[in-house]
Amino acid sequence: MQTQVLIIGAGVTGAGLARDLGLRGVQTVIVEKRDVNNGASGGNHGLLHSGARYIASDPASAAECHQENQLLKRLAPHCVETTGGLFVAMAGDDEQYIADFADRCRRCRIDTAPVDLKEAREQEPALSDRLIAAFSVDDATIDPFKLSLDNLADARQHGGQLLRYSKVIGFEIEDGRIRATRVRDDLTGREHRIEAEVVVNAAGAWAGEIATLAGAELSMRYSKGTLLVTQSRMSHRVINRLRKATDADILVPGGTVSILGTTSERVDSPDVIYPEIHEVDHIIDEGAVMVPALADTRYIRAYCGVRPLIGGGAQGGGGDDRAVSRGFALIDHGGRPEKIANFVTITGGKLTTYRLMAEKTADLVCRRLGVAAPCRTHTEPLPNTVDARWTEPGLAPNTWLRTHAADDLLICECEMVPQSVVEEIVASIKQQAGRPGLKAIGLRSRIGKGPCQGTFCSQRLAAHLYDRQHLSNHQGVEELRAFLSERWRGQQPLLWDTSLAQAELLEAMHCGLFCLELEEKKGFRF
Amino acid sequence: MKEKEIACDLVIIGTGMAGMAAALFAARRGLDAVQVGITGELGFASGPLDLLGVHPVAEGRMVGDPWQGIARLCRDEPLHPYAKLEIATIRRAMEDFLAFLQTGGYPHVTLGARNQMLVTAAGTRKPTYAVPHTMQHGPTALAHQAPCLLVGFEGLKGFSARQIALSLERHWPDLRPVRLPFPDAQGELYTEHMARSLDAAETRQKLVDAIRPHLGDAQYVGLPAVLGFYRTERVLADLQQGLGVPVFEIPTMLPAVTGVRLRELFEQRLPAMGIRPLWQQRVLGVQRVNGGRWSLAVGYTEAERLVVARSVLLCSGRFFGKGLHARRHAIQETIFDLPVVQPVDREAWHHKDLLDPQGHPINRAGVAVDENFRPVDHQGNTLFPNLFAAGSLLAYQDWMRQKCGSGLAVATACGAVNSCADFLKQVAPA
Repeated sequence: MQTQVLIIGAGVTGAGLARDLGLRGVQTVIVEKRDVNNGASGGNHGLLHSGARYIASDPASAAECHQENQLLKRLAPHCVETTGGLFVAMAGDDEQYIADFADRCRRCRIDTAPVDLKEAREQEPALSDRLIAAFSVDDATIDPFKLSLDNLADARQHGGQLLRYSKVIGFEIEDGRIRATRVRDDLTGREHRIEAEVVVNAAGAWAGEIATLAGAELSMRYSKGTLLVTQSRMSHRVINRLRKATDADILVPGGTVSILGTTSERVDSPDVIYPEIHEVDHIIDEGAVMVPALADTRYIRAYCGVRPLIGGGAQGGGGDDRAVSRGFALIDHGGRPEKIANFVTITGGKLTTYRLMAEKTADLVCRRLGVAAPCRTHTEPLPNTVDARWTEPGLAPNTWLRTHAADDLLICECEMVPQSVVEEIVASIKQQAGRPGLKAIGLRSRIGKGPCQGTFCSQRLAAHLYDRQHLSNHQGVEELRAFLSERWRGQQPLLWDTSLAQAELLEAMHCGLFCLELEEKKGFRF
Repeated sequence: MKEKEIACDLVIIGTGMAGMAAALFAARRGLDAVQVGITGELGFASGPLDLLGVHPVAEGRMVGDPWQGIARLCRDEPLHPYAKLEIATIRRAMEDFLAFLQTGGYPHVTLGARNQMLVTAAGTRKPTYAVPHTMQHGPTALAHQAPCLLVGFEGLKGFSARQIALSLERHWPDLRPVRLPFPDAQGELYTEHMARSLDAAETRQKLVDAIRPHLGDAQYVGLPAVLGFYRTERVLADLQQGLGVPVFEIPTMLPAVTGVRLRELFEQRLPAMGIRPLWQQRVLGVQRVNGGRWSLAVGYTEAERLVVARSVLLCSGRFFGKGLHARRHAIQETIFDLPVVQPVDREAWHHKDLLDPQGHPINRAGVAVDENFRPVDHQGNTLFPNLFAAGSLLAYQDWMRQKCGSGLAVATACGAVNSCADFLKQVAPA
């Protein structure tokens, strides 16, 4: 296989880069070892920062955030909910920080205005009565899945290609250039080569591993952040704790739910990370100081992502990972000791600045390719495509209620996702030469994200996929095991009260009756 | 509202498998018993009645002979509730229970000293002890890998004949799926409606006519568990006669018709046997009154009557049944606030892997009892002479992984009722 540019990683940066290059007439292939937004792009708040969070620690990032925030609201409005945001301080919070807040925002050109305390609590009745200061900012929320899927869809319109479950296993390097990248298809086990003029490492937290395969060294830190999803929406606006950034100080509404987080825990590797029980408890206790109802509400799911932070790995030691710049790192490996002329790494950064990261990377790539076309993503609106539409909470039920035919059965009754939506998603996955499994469909819809946490929709979806010939052989058992295990990661730290009763029903059906836990046993015999 | 007062010898709290079995055994022993509970939970019974399907859990080893398996389990896990009973008692309890189902027109079939292997809607296989007669030919057909037609229905979610056939291909190559419309139905189908409609001869005939052209060389026909509601024997006989081959049901997703059939059977027969039902009501408060009797406030949302009982048998289930409740940091028993055996903290409740071969420690949490099924405190002291507990509420068992849910319910209910009857006799000899 040949292409002009090979992009490693289908997070939001890789997706944005593919679109940017596509708009400049450059041909791309993305290889992704799992599925879209597998890393930090899928494990974050979905917050389109106003920038105010970084005014003290990283004013440059704060200003970048602000510019991109304004741009994305204009160019990708279908991915954004313009909720607005509040920064709130509680009795006992650092008064000097509160006093400096407005000035610091102004210096980064971030709009903010003080809000009367009574008015703030009228706007957001969930706020604690221990409120001592409030400022409005222009935070918004952004759907990271929709954003990536729409970028990928537009990239495809311009000749781009995505290979999912394709893991980079090595590079063929000759005369200071990557001749070919060796890739293994994890579904078939087959290996193949991809020849590209330029290779971009956009593997996020895995950028260090990819660089190592090319003989380059990146010193990276991995900072895990854990987040919780509440069953119902707790506030209209984004609510930020007005203090030096620390744990559990952002509550972000998203459709019918809210997301509370995050933590910052150093981990040794970006692989096999779990939201831990002590993090969950800490987040709830801290969050409840701002919004007391967070102590008793039902939580649907916990998840986590790893922030790739460049630098510091070699220094090691402690320190607060939040102090490391949230700016991004664009590395030209031609000018480094490994001297690989056609290899570029882009990592770090934030969801809010993904477009800017893609633009800067594409500029560098185009210089290498001798392509003169300028960036267009800061003027060209992001098309709203069908690939991503079903991730939006509330859309599937509205559409189904309005238009459903008698035989268009609901596969997911919690989130009201009918067969017709599943078929649409399957068609879109197949168009990208992917395999429509349970997890892939779950990623592209609300299936498995309601209160039943996959107890019922998992088997309903498996049965449907078999009846429509989308699954064959004994894939179903493995699909069920993988889908439920993935959901479990996010449920396990939150199992008390109603959620625990639900989990017991899940295990009663899938283990008690279906015996899924026994199916992998070798020599399953009787 | 003025509260009414009822006096009785025994209150059975709970209407799941253990509560129903306890009511049956109490009635057989002539105890003056009241039963309280919301009967919906039994709808989650999937059909097969497990005795012991897997031991040891960590090895995932299937148990061939459940009686030998129980003997070994009791040696390996002396705290398991089964270990409080003689095997002969467990055996008799199961026989009595199965005899009751037989009399009620919903017989179940065992292979005696062998577990049977049942095919499920997920295309997996499950070891179990007894199956409803409607399922009995399934294990035989699987064991012989006989040519078999599997029928699914358009509009029935979560049941795909093709999924089952392809998932089992390695073990049962002669399985052939077909998907048909269900007679006189369109749009979404619900198993309970399907089962009730097959109680009518006309629907059965139409179903036979629809299946027959697909029969080919099939020696068996498998269908989802919808073969009748009240008249399963008649429905099965007619289908088998019409198709000329044995027909069997495959357990569906929950809640299932198989569970609702059991619920109806108990609801119809227990009152006739002398049980006083306070169904669709729950215990809202409990007090110990003069002479150690229990006074229970019973109602749906507010207390409608007081039940004063000489003894109580608690069969209130686990978290789904609301017998146990977990707060963020601890597990409680919901009615008497009994001590609950549980892991030290939430970190130890569940494994990080849903399918961890060890099973989750929280599933072995519960109420610990003495040799007479009376709850004990953390030092092992019996709490009350006239309070008993049975079923999945009990500690030191994992019914989902051990595949012992029904056996545990029936056997411990029997053991607890026996102890309770002894207690009542001692206090006031008949």
